[in-house]
Amino acid sequence: MNVHTHKQFDAEMEAIRSGVLAMGGLVESQLNRAISLLERDDDEAVDQVGADEKQINQMQVNLDQMCSQIIARRQPTAIDLRFVLMITKIVNELERVGDEVKKIAYKASNIRGNDQLSRVRRYDVIRVAEEARDMLQMSLDTFARLDVSAAAEVIDRDEEIDAAFLAIMRQLISYMMEDPRTITPALEIVFIAKSIERIGDHAKNIAEAVVQVVKGIDVRHASAEQIRAEVADE
Amino acid sequence: MNFEAVATRQGTPETGARELPPKISCRHLDFYYGKFQGLKSIDLDVAERRVTAFIGPSGCGKSTLLRTMNRMYSLYPGQRATGEIVFNGRNILDPGTDLNMLRAKIGMVFQKPTPFPMSIYDNIAFGVSLYENLSQRDMDDRVEWALTKAAMWGEARDKLKQSGMALSGGQQQRLCIARAVAVKPEMLLLDEPTSALDPISTAKIEELITELKEDYTIAIVTHNMQQAARVSDFTAYMYLGELVEFGATDTLFLKPKRKETEDYITGRFG
Repeated sequence: MNVHTHKQFDAEMEAIRSGVLAMGGLVESQLNRAISLLERDDDEAVDQVGADEKQINQMQVNLDQMCSQIIARRQPTAIDLRFVLMITKIVNELERVGDEVKKIAYKASNIRGNDQLSRVRRYDVIRVAEEARDMLQMSLDTFARLDVSAAAEVIDRDEEIDAAFLAIMRQLISYMMEDPRTITPALEIVFIAKSIERIGDHAKNIAEAVVQVVKGIDVRHASAEQIRAEVADE
Repeated sequence: MNFEAVATRQGTPETGARELPPKISCRHLDFYYGKFQGLKSIDLDVAERRVTAFIGPSGCGKSTLLRTMNRMYSLYPGQRATGEIVFNGRNILDPGTDLNMLRAKIGMVFQKPTPFPMSIYDNIAFGVSLYENLSQRDMDDRVEWALTKAAMWGEARDKLKQSGMALSGGQQQRLCIARAVAVKPEMLLLDEPTSALDPISTAKIEELITELKEDYTIAIVTHNMQQAARVSDFTAYMYLGELVEFGATDTLFLKPKRKETEDYITGRFG
């Protein structure tokens, strides 16, 4: 893409772009901390996840304000307009990922030391959480490079996460039926799994927003196959 | 923007000007200023009772194209057009065309307001009296009708005998629009009608354009891209005498097809 005649406009667009990347980076590391809390107890990490969430909220406010300023001052059109609108969407998605991660961390600290549910069940949850993290990374890469070739894959992976979530639900239900003492910790794990599943949804929304900016088409309600077809005719 | 239309159109391709009945059609239109070619094989339909905007950098040929549509260029020796401009089934480039009648059917408003040095009333009545023989009473009605159409009646009704030159720039421009409307044309050509006006007067003219398209086909040349986006149904982007892209305004400002158009409308030009 050529540069704008107004160089300051370019600088403003770059500022929101790098702002989103910084926000995405913080959300990713926050998620990694929460995943580590599923493996071992660490009070400091719980506090840090909470502090990260506050910082993520502030980044959302700042980036939204920058987008409003650009719209008011520059009246962006075409790809610039789509880009600014996309940024506000992605910023929203990332902020909500931050909320989910905070929930995961707090729920994880609630089930610490509880061995009614074996380590194996935790392992399943960790595996899905890592899958969601990879998916988030992938959609942020899609954004950083404005390369939509991987967008369909992100959407496929979301379906895998949804399936894994249902499998965890089934397992937890059978544990709860066998031994009512597992109900309290199992419910915590249900909430954790649900948050992970939501992170997958947000990552998918980010990938869809990138497709909209690059291709100018709305794929929010399209299937992975349709997106693959749209993305293929580069 | 027509939000209802957008809602029903979702997921379907853009609507093109060609789906509506054209008021005026250019075919293989070339235009020459002496040896210099100002327009290169323009093919374009201006849809009836819609606003079509022409945008592009200075010297791209957008005003030239507008001036061919009522043969304003014929006033200048050495300027000529070839190809076809079909208006009401006839090629207006044919030598036999009655230019006075043509310009009565296709009125024009220029960048700088050009009121005649006469009263507001006479500014409007003068043009009408060239084409029609109206009684005083009918003429009074026509003047009121034209000023009402141009959203000026309220401001002008008590000073019809005052000089048109004494009005503000925005009022003068609306007087010129009233003058163009008074002879009951079918089409209006607006060549940068607001570039000499303040924002409030500009907003009034833009509002007026939206009202006038109920009855008239409007072609507007503007340097203000936001204005094109606000008032037009279709937009044509021109560059170096060529028509680069022509389509629904909703589409062109959100997802243009050509990279050249995108560079221009996003300010990545030159």
